[in-house]
Amino acid sequence: MIEVQVWRGDASGGGLARYAVPARANQTVLDVVTHIQREIEPDLAYRFACRVGMCGSCAMVVNGRARWTCRTHVSKVAQDGKLELRPLSNLPVIRDLATDMAPFFDRWARARGQFQPKDSADGAVPDEFAVVPPASAKRQAADAGIECIGCGVCHASCDIVAWNPDYLGPAALNRAWTLVNDVRDGARRERLDAVAGDAGCHACHSTQSCTERCPKGIDPSGAIAGLKRTLFWRVFGLDR
Amino acid sequence: MRAPDPRPRSHPAYLAFLVHRLSGLLLALFLPLHFWALSHAIRGEAALEGFLRWTDHPLLKAAETALVVLLAAHLAGGLRVLALEFLGWRAQQKTLVAASAGVALGAGLLFLLNAG
Repeated sequence: MIEVQVWRGDASGGGLARYAVPARANQTVLDVVTHIQREIEPDLAYRFACRVGMCGSCAMVVNGRARWTCRTHVSKVAQDGKLELRPLSNLPVIRDLATDMAPFFDRWARARGQFQPKDSADGAVPDEFAVVPPASAKRQAADAGIECIGCGVCHASCDIVAWNPDYLGPAALNRAWTLVNDVRDGARRERLDAVAGDAGCHACHSTQSCTERCPKGIDPSGAIAGLKRTLFWRVFGLDR
Repeated sequence: MRAPDPRPRSHPAYLAFLVHRLSGLLLALFLPLHFWALSHAIRGEAALEGFLRWTDHPLLKAAETALVVLLAAHLAGGLRVLALEFLGWRAQQKTLVAASAGVALGAGLLFLLNAG
């Protein structure tokens, strides 16, 4: 049996509830939560969709660290056969293990995370396909951060997000850096302006918890450093 | 409000951030003391010499070593941050942290060897 403590409550507060879940081979943390919800506590709130590490909806804090639960085996993270599950940090709790992701994605919008085609400023589909060599340096830099699934693990692991409620956070800044390197994008100047403020990339202290915890192996800390560097050279009129 | 949980923060780059931040704060706190010590020179050679003899005490030498390590840690940590932000190195962060720690401890050791 696995001894599981699950944080239960809502925005007004809550506490840890204890459950015993049968241990199985190749069991993921999401399997454990699903067992509790289906067999023990039907009103347990949590979120998942794909179960294969694509949708980014099942992230929780497992034994103190934010993780994607569908790709996290219990055998890798259980300590003395125990699990402690909490909702993601730095986000408002809706109920139990489900957090409100709206403040997370609002930051993407504030960082101008939407692609703006260079060839059609009105947002329409351009007439011609852009030819972008996959091996070009810019494309490689964009590709480095493009696989983000928006799970919020970096956001929940970042102290600066906790200290500065306006801070755009690692995921939104990683998205901005991806687009800054996208040669098809036409909103580079506006995007750099959006991430240059007090709550933008310069607020980052390079603690690198985002890079350390990203389940996709993305390096948001490196992306933020890239934004800082680009903004620094822009002061001298250089486009680097 | 829960107390800060060390578990999500237990990785070398976070430790390097803490060392850089705390060494900076401690050095800033030491700065007035440093100027106070220098002020002895204004009062005359004897006053400064007397003060310097007082700092020969082994306990003060130990504190001085700690100060040198703090200074070296802050310098090496600052160079690490500059390298990470300006050079865009992505894969060698832990090596940089280890190198910074090595520089700081090496500086302390050198000071101790000279102090003896």
